[in-house]
Amino acid sequence: MMNLSLKNNMVVMLIFSAVVLTAPLWLDPIGANYPDLLQKFAIFGIFAIGYNILFGLTGYLSFGHATFLGVGSYTAVWSFKLFTMNVVPAIIFAIIIAGVFALAIGYISLRRSGIYFSILTLAFAQMSYSLAYSVLTPITNGETGLQLSIQDPRYIDAMAGVAVKEGLPSTNLFGQLMSGYSGFYFCAVMLIIGFYVSLKIFRSPYGLKLIAIKSNQNRMNYTGFNTRPYLLSAFVISGMYAGLAGALMAVTDPLAGAERMQWTASGEVVLMTILGGVGTLVGPLIGVGIIKYFENIFSAMNESVLHEIFNFLPQAMENIVVSVTQHFVGEGWHLTLGALFMLVVIFLPGGIMEGITNIIRFVKKKLGMSVDESGDTL
Amino acid sequence: MSIILDINGVNKTFGGLHALSDIQLKVEEGTTHAIIGPNGAGKSTLLNCCIGRLIPDDGTVTFNGHNMIGMQPYDINHAGMVRVFQTPEIFPELTLLQNVMIPALAKRDGTFKFNPFRCMRKEKALHEGAMEALADVGLEKFYDQHAGSISRGDKRRLELAMGLIQNPSLLLLDEPTAGMARHDTNQTIDLLKKIKERGMTKIIIEHDMHVVFSLADRISVLAQGRIIASGTPDEIREDPKVKEAYLGEAEDE
Repeated sequence: MMNLSLKNNMVVMLIFSAVVLTAPLWLDPIGANYPDLLQKFAIFGIFAIGYNILFGLTGYLSFGHATFLGVGSYTAVWSFKLFTMNVVPAIIFAIIIAGVFALAIGYISLRRSGIYFSILTLAFAQMSYSLAYSVLTPITNGETGLQLSIQDPRYIDAMAGVAVKEGLPSTNLFGQLMSGYSGFYFCAVMLIIGFYVSLKIFRSPYGLKLIAIKSNQNRMNYTGFNTRPYLLSAFVISGMYAGLAGALMAVTDPLAGAERMQWTASGEVVLMTILGGVGTLVGPLIGVGIIKYFENIFSAMNESVLHEIFNFLPQAMENIVVSVTQHFVGEGWHLTLGALFMLVVIFLPGGIMEGITNIIRFVKKKLGMSVDESGDTL
Repeated sequence: MSIILDINGVNKTFGGLHALSDIQLKVEEGTTHAIIGPNGAGKSTLLNCCIGRLIPDDGTVTFNGHNMIGMQPYDINHAGMVRVFQTPEIFPELTLLQNVMIPALAKRDGTFKFNPFRCMRKEKALHEGAMEALADVGLEKFYDQHAGSISRGDKRRLELAMGLIQNPSLLLLDEPTAGMARHDTNQTIDLLKKIKERGMTKIIIEHDMHVVFSLADRISVLAQGRIIASGTPDEIREDPKVKEAYLGEAEDE
């Protein structure tokens, strides 16, 4: 039975790895098989999985997780500038520094719950953005963004005697360049590791306690749990995931800008998680896939493309349809996203995963199979 | 017999209302102590002062020789004083089994333990203990249902199982049978008698006199925030002040 086998972590991981690593194959027919987009899927996937550990398990809605994304990017670029173009130290530093930031911001924000917590995280995120944009220009290079340069010392590379060739060096994993498909496969492996950690957390006593905090935090106190360290550790873990995602952005494209920390970026991960299914393992990934895929398609469209699509209509009709729909594509694709988001939230409050679960349950009932209500959700 | 809980001179006011006035209460180890009184007499307020939900204006609550005033609710829980709530405070989104596992985990893991790489499926002992606790209250058949979906009476029994699985040295029961059918009430009485044989001390708040007189070794009567009488069930039955304040109404009929 499928449910029975999906309770086994090994089975889940085998299926998941196979799906992720063969993504270039099965995304080819829908025109999503190019490295840039594939990397985006994997990187935002990591971001959303991590975010879901906080929001999905404990129910604490943070509006400031882009901060840790930005911190991860800046840290990674600094590691490229100061030490080496190898991505391993960059990623390790990024995760650590993002974790430290998450610890500080989480420690203060978690003094409050509910809407006040959300507002505190939003305030911190906007403060971090402003700091990165102006005050901390020596570290972040402000508006221009932090970039590599020929003059960078790169002490470790210099010691190892890596010759400086013409132009800017590229990020690499022990010599393997991190561009194109190798960049995607590197991100994919990180995603698989990230998913595994998330799966373990979801199915551990620690994860159960986090879900119980979401369900009834007050009762947890009277049951003998100090909920604060549970919440703080979940906050830090999700911050570290964001740091990893930020570092991978820098790995695939070594620059970091303040706009990565803006509140819209924090809002995007909230949308992704809710769209796919809060508190489910794969839901956030589905949300990422849908948003990034449609962003790619719709934002690339313009008036002439629409005329091509609708040219089967009579001329007058075509003009009307195009004049309406053109507001929903290109720069205005967020209108499409908003409409999609509203539809999902109204009809499937549990996200797309709720729809999938309902379909599976319906099919199983039709086939007369037993429906396991208590099974670990995916 | 030693005193396990000593409430001494506890006062609590809300605005101008004296919810509790100079409460003196001693509970002996191994006994069942019932607190009765009309609605609004301050029974639940008294329990809230014991478990750290409210902090009394003055007075002391000494449990096992330690002052509980100002301690965090989770520390009071680990000290061995556990409350079963009147309005079910369960985890509605979790299954019954998980609901009972949570307090068992508190007992095992303490106030905080970071164990994200342990596998819940491999926690056999925890699983069995939780199933036993559910069986004690007759809910084992529904172990995989969501706690939010069961009846109110069943939620009360789940509450009881969640308290019992921690095997506390003092269990505070806030109207454990309210909302239960007579048959279920009798079952709960039997269960509580069984627990008493294990030596667990209990404080029980109850309106149902049948429950009180079947279980209590001692009874304290609370009216308008004061303890007006304290004694064995027989003494309380004969106390004229109690008759006037509480039982009297029934005799007039």
